Amino acid sequence: MPESPQTPPALETRNVNKWFGANHANRDVSLAVPKGTIHGVVGENGAGKSTIMSIVYGYLPADSGAILVDGRPVAVRSPRDALAAGIGMVHQHFMLVDPFTVLENVLLGAEGGVTLAAGMARARAELARLARDYGLEVDLDRPVGDLPVGAQQRVEILKALYRGAEILILDEPTGVLTPQEADHLFRILRALREQGKTIVIITHKLREIMELTDNVTVMRRGQVVANLATAGTSREELAELMVGRKVLLRVEKAPARPGAPVLEAAGLCVRDGAGVERVKGVGLTVRAGEIVGIAGVSGNGQSELLEALAGMRPLAGGSVRLRGEELADRPARFTARGLRALGVGHVPEDRQRVGLVTGFEAQECAILGHQGDPAFNGRFLMDRSALFDRCAAEMDAYDIRPRDPRLPAANFSGGNQQKIVLAREIERNPDLLLVGQPTRGVDIGAIEFIHRRLVALRDQGKAILLVSVELDEIRALSDRILVMFDGRLVGELGPEEADERRLGLMMAGVVDAA
Amino acid sequence: MEHAFLVALLLTDATVRVATPLVLAAFAALYSERAGVVDIGLEGKMLAGAFFAAAVASSTGNPWLGLLAAVAASVGLALVHGFACITHKGNQVVSGMAVNILVAGLAPTLAYAWFRQGGQTPLLPGEARLPQIHLPGVEALAGIPVLGPVLGPVYRELIDDANVLVWLTVLLVVATHWVFTRSRFGLRLRAVGENPAAVDTAGLSVTRLRYQAVVVTGVLTGIAGAYLSTAHGAGFVRDMTAGKGYLALAALIFGKWRPWPTLFACLLFASTDAVQVRLQGVPLPVVGVIPVQFIQMLPYVLTVLLLAGFVGRAVAPRAGGIPYVKER
Amino acid sequence: MAQEAAQGVAQDVVGRGFGRPGDVPGWVGYALLPLLNLLAALVLSGLVILVIGENPLAVLTLLVTEAVGYPEAVGYTLYYTTGYIFTGLAVAIAFHCGLFNIGGEGQAYLGGLGAGLVGLALTGWPWPVAALAAVALSGLFGAVWAAIPGWLQAKRGSHIVITTIMFNFIAASVMTYLLVDVLIRPGSQSPETREFDPGVWLPTMDRALGWFGVAIPASPLNLSFLWALACCALFYLFLWRTRWGYEIRTVGRNERAAVYAGISPSRNIILAMAISGALAGFVGVNEIMGVQHRILLNFTGGVGFVGIAVALMGRNHPVGIVLAALLFGVLAQGGGQVSFEYPTVNRELVMVIQGLVILFAGALENLFKPQVEALFRRRRGGPQAEGRA
Repeated sequence: MPESPQTPPALETRNVNKWFGANHANRDVSLAVPKGTIHGVVGENGAGKSTIMSIVYGYLPADSGAILVDGRPVAVRSPRDALAAGIGMVHQHFMLVDPFTVLENVLLGAEGGVTLAAGMARARAELARLARDYGLEVDLDRPVGDLPVGAQQRVEILKALYRGAEILILDEPTGVLTPQEADHLFRILRALREQGKTIVIITHKLREIMELTDNVTVMRRGQVVANLATAGTSREELAELMVGRKVLLRVEKAPARPGAPVLEAAGLCVRDGAGVERVKGVGLTVRAGEIVGIAGVSGNGQSELLEALAGMRPLAGGSVRLRGEELADRPARFTARGLRALGVGHVPEDRQRVGLVTGFEAQECAILGHQGDPAFNGRFLMDRSALFDRCAAEMDAYDIRPRDPRLPAANFSGGNQQKIVLAREIERNPDLLLVGQPTRGVDIGAIEFIHRRLVALRDQGKAILLVSVELDEIRALSDRILVMFDGRLVGELGPEEADERRLGLMMAGVVDAA
Repeated sequence: MEHAFLVALLLTDATVRVATPLVLAAFAALYSERAGVVDIGLEGKMLAGAFFAAAVASSTGNPWLGLLAAVAASVGLALVHGFACITHKGNQVVSGMAVNILVAGLAPTLAYAWFRQGGQTPLLPGEARLPQIHLPGVEALAGIPVLGPVLGPVYRELIDDANVLVWLTVLLVVATHWVFTRSRFGLRLRAVGENPAAVDTAGLSVTRLRYQAVVVTGVLTGIAGAYLSTAHGAGFVRDMTAGKGYLALAALIFGKWRPWPTLFACLLFASTDAVQVRLQGVPLPVVGVIPVQFIQMLPYVLTVLLLAGFVGRAVAPRAGGIPYVKER
Repeated sequence: MAQEAAQGVAQDVVGRGFGRPGDVPGWVGYALLPLLNLLAALVLSGLVILVIGENPLAVLTLLVTEAVGYPEAVGYTLYYTTGYIFTGLAVAIAFHCGLFNIGGEGQAYLGGLGAGLVGLALTGWPWPVAALAAVALSGLFGAVWAAIPGWLQAKRGSHIVITTIMFNFIAASVMTYLLVDVLIRPGSQSPETREFDPGVWLPTMDRALGWFGVAIPASPLNLSFLWALACCALFYLFLWRTRWGYEIRTVGRNERAAVYAGISPSRNIILAMAISGALAGFVGVNEIMGVQHRILLNFTGGVGFVGIAVALMGRNHPVGIVLAALLFGVLAQGGGQVSFEYPTVNRELVMVIQGLVILFAGALENLFKPQVEALFRRRRGGPQAEGRA
């Protein structure tokens, strides 16, 4: 897209600042998006990229700074103002009313009158046109909650376009999509660019930046560290800018020396709360002294698989053997409590909602799952000083800061919270450790620490099953990689043969790639 | 046969009279709860309405001013609920409880101080009560051959001389159905009770919508209270609502938060009341005399069974009871 | 009003309670703010008194004098306090499990039935036996009456707030039926049982202290006051010093984490409700065995609802609950006396104050929070690092 210096940028922010309490989430953020381009905003988790875009959309108020649309300052105090200025946004978590139909969702807030009938007819015609022009087909009369994720995302785009958005912001749009669905989305976005729309895409995936965008803004710790033309940069440069130093893409480790099987599962089936089968006949083996990684787009059953193996969900079928002993037909032992007693550790995917009780003191969190351990329990009362000492020792060993066992877990940073969980699980010396998303939302220093710990545990001859949606993490840590799609394992790869394209195709369910 | 027909008519009539305040209160809560604001303070708002309607009607002799006062008082309390739960994101159940207890104390306190009749208002004369609407043609209808003897009593007992608020309630039910299915306000209300973030990002104010819903609730509970003291009754007496606010809440849940089933639940609960008066001490075949208390508790037991999923399933608005806080 | 909603709501109440040091001193959270809220409630109550044409200061002064001004009054005040401690603890333990138990009224009512049945049955037995049996049976009846809604919440997903409200009404109907048709004293017109054998009455405090040669004026205050204080201590130890309490608190704050930790949410929900109901049921010991000495209609008189206010004011902690119960005891006793002195004031004025306290201490608890916290932050020189994720 040619860019003339006379045309003012479609969207510009000048010195925007935002504090969350004492946290300076945006620090003098200035960026400019030329009209008719696709602009990427990259950064690590917590770099402030979603914050700045929420401010542009009027969802959050800025503390200072200015927003300009087509060179004119606009006062964006609410999403209403943003919509009026022609800014639309597709949030990471879709803002849809599930029981409503697609049509009702699009209409909400743009009804065009006190009654609905006329607006509905108008919207129906307009949406048909948009669908034709941009390949945004969805069934207008289905409840949104019944639609697949990809279609829900198209509803969000339709919502923005129906309101006349000229600037479309997308926050991590591909997080829930397969690479193939993501490609479909990219085609839509390019079509929108052809029509002169301006697109801003927030992501932490460099592949998407390189493939899709014209320009890119890199953010780190709430600040803009670079504004670049995509054609003039590289993934390596972007990665370095994002984290602020050379990234260690490989974890130093010796080849694995697998021993006897610790976990053997066959024909595992798991249903979710709604009774839908999410794991459909999975079989896998994890041996002592190896890390087995499960790759897959999130939502393909890996979370349910991990929770089932940890005893948090009932099995709907299949067998699980731990050190050769069959457990699936012994429901009394196949519980979270029973498995823990048998030497299974579990670092859950979501530390805040599952792995910790954020309102509890750190020392109380340090015994979550082990609250019945005789080491902390008298006949009736708990031994609080034993608790304190244990937690203080773990804090030393894992460099958890601040080093205060009485501080509520909520007051620790993400990386330190994760270390509290990791310390608790690893220090019980489990034979099998189930690990989900160990570094999600964790700063780079803690990532390296956590990775080294996991490899060290493997080298002590423990079995580790790792679930992660970060392909880099899977490839760096795993001795064997299993790929999961739609509740099934669709293939196994060694870390060397697992390049990104191959993994991507397998994660999309194209089995012959194996 | 003719006697049984008349009894049925009288029962139906009694049911309608008892059901009217229930319908008003249950539909009041429908607006609030569908917008995501749980309201267990119906009882208090109704009681305030009943007291202020009677107090003003008694002082001015004008029942319409009384109705206005009832609505004003009830809306005032609804705004207190809104201030606590919407503006300050307080606990909705606690706030509703506070309103109930506050009014349970305030109404008799004020009645005691102002009227000196032991916490009651003076008995209202006929013209200070809300009127019944007399319709023409009772005799003419009864004179029609064949249909007359059937329709005549129906018309006479049920339709003629119904209170003006009964008619208003009928209107309300139809209007509510229309609002929820056909209007912009209804669409937004339903949305804000399911996913307030979607409403927020669509450029609408969650706070404003919820306040609007809460005010509608206040208006309707005020009318319900006025019905008790100036239409059905002739003055305010202590604890006049006697749990009707909670019963209305039960009816709303029994009606699965939808207008028509809620209306049905109100009629069902009201009919147990009408039937119970008739059944007092009358032995029934097989079971014998049913203690009146067992009939009285029937609505509550039914609601518990429904909530437990033993008779159908009630799914509440998803965002109900949760204050809206923006995500970071 | 999904289950999570209830959990979230109740959790919220607990979450702002103890043990969460922010950047302002702890006492601001659990002393200054509740006092400010209380003050706001009292100011509004004063306005109501002004509206009915009396001098608020004079009324409130008289109220306090009549509640604590002389020994007999103190006895009455502590008698009211006893019931409020029981129901306050009952509401609090449910809160700690993420549950809102509005059914304290019905559970106390049923507890009274349990205590009363003991009183009727144990004619001729020594009072300590009757007292123990009454504690056991009133607790059991209350526990069962609360555990059913707990079970329905845990296993069937019924919203506990609604179910416990319904159970209040069902309890009222059942008790009316029992007193009118079954337990009524033969030949009596009013629905109540015969009086128990005086030998099984729970001794009043003046009688009990008399054994040790201490003379205090007669009042309804009885030995269940000591049991209420003991329950406070047990409550603290159970909740914060045993693993069973740990498990209940885990379920209350984070149900998914509880499942992760191998803690059964449904078991703990039912357990917490049973304990809650038992605590509310003990009201029956105070009222029926200690004061009325027969079962009668509506003896609970709103004690279950006041329990909500007590738990909220007391921040769900036993020390706070004792103080809040004392406050409401003062209101109940003083308010009753004021109505004798002032012709325009009646007993219901107390409910006005109770309602306002619930409003300000509960629903509007954050009303002054931002301003007060800002004040303290400024005084301590700017915001401190939070270090949140």
